[in-house]
This record gives sequence, C-alpha cells and structure tokens, in this order.
Amino acid sequence: MSSTPTSRPRATPAADEALLRKALSATPRPPRASPLSATLTFGWRGMLKVKHVPEQLLDVTITPVMFLLMFTYLFGGAIADSTGEYLDYILPGILVMSVLFTTVYSGVALNTDVTKGVVDRFRSLPIWRPAPLLGSVLGDSVRYLIAGTVIIVLGVVLGYRPGAGVGGVLAALALVIVFAFALSWVFTTLGLLMRTPNAVMNAGFMGIFPLTFLSNVFVEPETLPGALEAFVNVNPISILATASRGLMEGNAEAADIAVVLATAAVLTAIFAPLTTHLYRNRS
Amino acid sequence: MTSSTLAIEATGLVKQFGATRAVDGVDLSVNSGSVYGVLGPNGAGKSTTIRMLATLIRPDAGSARVLGHDIVRDADAVRSAVSLTGQLASVDEDLTGRENLILLGRLLGLRRAQAKARASELLDAFGLADASGRLVKNFSGGMRRRLDIAASIVVTPELMFLDEPTTGLDPRSRNQVWDIVRALVAEGTTILLCTQYLDEADQLADRIAVIDHGKVIAEGTPGQLKSSIGLGTLHVRLLDPDQRAEAERVLARELDAVHLEADPAALSVPCGDADRAAESVAELSHAGIGIAAFSLGQPSLDEVFLALTGHTAEEQAPDQEEQAA
Repeated sequence: MSSTPTSRPRATPAADEALLRKALSATPRPPRASPLSATLTFGWRGMLKVKHVPEQLLDVTITPVMFLLMFTYLFGGAIADSTGEYLDYILPGILVMSVLFTTVYSGVALNTDVTKGVVDRFRSLPIWRPAPLLGSVLGDSVRYLIAGTVIIVLGVVLGYRPGAGVGGVLAALALVIVFAFALSWVFTTLGLLMRTPNAVMNAGFMGIFPLTFLSNVFVEPETLPGALEAFVNVNPISILATASRGLMEGNAEAADIAVVLATAAVLTAIFAPLTTHLYRNRS
Repeated sequence: MTSSTLAIEATGLVKQFGATRAVDGVDLSVNSGSVYGVLGPNGAGKSTTIRMLATLIRPDAGSARVLGHDIVRDADAVRSAVSLTGQLASVDEDLTGRENLILLGRLLGLRRAQAKARASELLDAFGLADASGRLVKNFSGGMRRRLDIAASIVVTPELMFLDEPTTGLDPRSRNQVWDIVRALVAEGTTILLCTQYLDEADQLADRIAVIDHGKVIAEGTPGQLKSSIGLGTLHVRLLDPDQRAEAERVLARELDAVHLEADPAALSVPCGDADRAAESVAELSHAGIGIAAFSLGQPSLDEVFLALTGHTAEEQAPDQEEQAA
C-alpha cells in the first residue's frame, strides 16, 4: 500500500456509535461457569445442531433404515422362515447398528470444530477443560435417542411386537446408548488425530461397518464357518445385540449385560482420557 | 518506553514444529491500554506467538507473563482475562449469530437471561440485529468477522488478541472492523494485533514489532520505524497509466531508482530533498505527463519492511506454519 494521499474509503458506520460505545464499556466479569453448567451448555450446542443441520442425522439414519427394509423383505424369507420372524430377530440388531453408526458423527463433529477453528476459541475460555468434549458427547446421546427411536417406530409399523413391551424396549435403548456413549470416545480420539472431517467419516465407517456385519446383527453365528463364528461370538457388538434382543423379549441374561457394561467402561477409561489429552495438548 | 504496567512481557519465546522453528526467541513488551502491532508476512510466526500467549500451545523455551500471570503455570488466570479472535472466524457456523453469542455468554458464566440480553446488545451494536437468526455459514465475510469480535467481548476482556482481523475483507468491512478496534481501545482494552497489512499496523498500532522467520527484527513506533529508514519518498500518481514508463524514465534521470507500485498509475522514488522533488514533478509536467496526485512523505511500512529484510512482505512464500495450527 502506498501512502499516496488518496482519501480512504469511509466506512458506513458498523452501527450506531452510541450503541457501540455502550456495548463496549466494561461489564463486570461474572463468576466462572461451573463445570456442570459449562458441560450442559456444550450439550445444548449439540442439540441446536440437530435442529439446524438435521441432514447430518438423516445421513446416518438412512442406511440402517434401508438395511432394515432390505434385509427383512429381500432376505428375511430365506434367512428365517418368514419375514415376520426375521423382523423379530433383526430389529434389535438394526437398533444397535443405527445408534453405533451415529457415534461416528461425534468424531466428525469434533474434527469439524478443529478445522473451523472454533476449538481455539473454546480452549481459550476459562472453563472446566473437559467440558467441551463431555458436553458434546452427552449432547450426542440425544442423536442416539432419535436414531434409535426411528428404527423402533419403523419396526413397530412393519409389525414388530416386543415381548417385554415398552419397558423392555426402553431398557434396550438405554443399554445401547450407554455403549454408544463409550464408543463415541473412540471416534473423538480419531477426530483429533485425522486431518479432515471426511477422513474421520471414512475411517470410522471402515471400522464400524465390518464390525457390525461380523456380528450376529443379521445372521445366527451357528451358520458361519468355525473361525468366523468364534470371532462373531466375542464381538462386543454381537453381545450388545444379544443383550438388546433379550431385554426387548424379556429373556435377557445378566452376563451379557455385564459384558456390555464392562466393555463400555473399558472403552471410556481408555479413550475419554486420551481424547482429553489430545484436545488439551493440540498444537 | 514508559514504566507503566506491562500487559504482556515475553522473553525468548521459542516454538518448534518438527524441523521448523516457527518462533525463534521472541521478546515483547506491551504496555497496558495500547495497541501493539505484530507485523510480518504469512508464516513469520505471528499466529504461533499469539497462540502461545493465549495459552493454546506451550512454548518450547522462554517465558511470558500476560497481565501478570505466567502463561504456563497460571494459564487459567490468563484465560480469565483475555480473549482471542482467530484468523479463521472462530464462531460456530452451524449456529445462528445470536446462539453463538448466548453460547459464549453462558460459558463465561452469565446467567441465561443475562446472556440473552448481552447477545441482543452486541448484535445491535455491531449492526447484526437483522441477521441474528441466520446461520453463521450464510453470513458475509464482514458480518462473520464482526460477530467474531462481538463473541470476543461478550465479557469485556482486559486484553484482546486480534489475529489478522481484516484478512480477506473488502475495504468497507475492513474500515468497520478498524472503527470497532478504535472504540475498544478507547474503552481501555489492550490489544495485540497481528497483521500482514502494513497500513493496518500503521493505522491502529501505537508500537509495532516487525517479525520475520520467527524473530523480531525491528521494534518501535510507526514513526520510529519509518525514520530509521532515513529517506522520504516521493509518490506520484499519473492520470494515464500508459505514461508510466515515460514517467519512470524522467524520475530515474532526475532522482534515483524508481519503484513501480502495484497501482499501475503509481510510482515512488526515495527522495529526501523537497526542492528536488518539486523540480522532478515539474519535469514530468514539462514532458507532457499528466499527474493526478503527488506527495512527499515518510516511507511506507512496505518500504521499511523491504529495507529491514531485503524482501517485501508479499514476496515471501507462505509456509506451513500458519496452517500447522
């Protein structure tokens, strides 16, 4: 720029001078937000996003809906004796699939915050350090609830009648959400390690997709070759699906539920601190 | 420098990313209540310096106190008194303008009703009231930047880091941002302004540190920096850009090596003598070259930068450091 005396373009005032002056005059600093309040505020932010960007939720819900329809009507008759019988088997599994697919989004959302720079603003605030992460993951539970509800309602429309009634369905939904909460920490870790939201999405689904198929969500493991059957039987997603079926039918085994909760605890214990560490020490 | 309290006191700050020393021993002393400009090209280490001072990253060596608090040991106290406006508008694109401000207000400890009232007040003051219900991703660049600054003063900070507040803005939006910065300073906020625009630092800053390759290479008031170069400069703007080659020839004969400005009708020549400058301009006239404007002034910061580093601010290729964030 030269210092030639051309008159610099005069700004149309950004706003009323007096309003600006008043808004800028020092306001007393309030006491710090409590950890709970900061966490809930981040949860609120997550919910606003469901409202403003519903297509993100739709993206991850549409695949399980397609699978539910496709498997029930295309393969149901072949796999089970009738489509109705197969629906009874597959619906709790699709519920698991639908909610677990949604967890990938937690990592995508965190990576988006990083790439857009808003994480820098959050990290420069005087707030309880884990609040942005914990709040977001808790807010995502609302997504899980919506994703799960969509599948259950669709199932009921198609003729699914849970043996354990509403209570059983709610218990299964709760179990799946607890597991999803734990699993989402894996994806937030991924979200801080990868460079773009798309990379997180791809890597996330590259992991969760085969794991979901190599489970008992779609077929009984007894029909599989030996080695595969062994893997499917220990896959936590199988155990979660079995436990959910049990809760919805009223014949759940405590051992399955215990394994699911223990797996969730281990995932959280490893990946929640790891996410927090990566978040805190970002450069 | 006066002995008034220092808002920022940094000694020997170093930050290394892999093999690159992004910041290589930066010292800064910033007086309370002033605007301190950190001027340098892309990749010079400005953003990294700000990120260290705002406690986002830890320095590898050196130390700094911000408002009396150590940036490593007392990071939380620093965060309680500063705010950061980033290079990318650091607001949430998927929320509305109003929701962004309420979010920040709540996180800073305002009650729900207070946060809402403060958001309305800021939206009005920054001329964003009409757009307040729109998602930020649909905002224009200027509106975003204003929202970004509004988000930084939801609770008035004692010190504000402004990282390239006008990069990518049109002149009108840029002047709006400048007006806001001036108003903030008038209310007593200390501002650390990083910029690659020399005229921005010249317009706003009380003191400037010129930074290049992670080092402070010059420091002083804009006037001091300019006078350290010594010579004044004759600026000439022609009526007809096609006559520039001829004008260049005339001025080179009368004075010295001519610098062709980015403006196709403008030229500048180092010249300390007003009489000779006047004669040279007369020569242009005699040669039938139409002159739109001319002035004899102190060198621009562009020229200062050239004199200090041997290259102009724009010439340097941006390196990865600014993105490493």
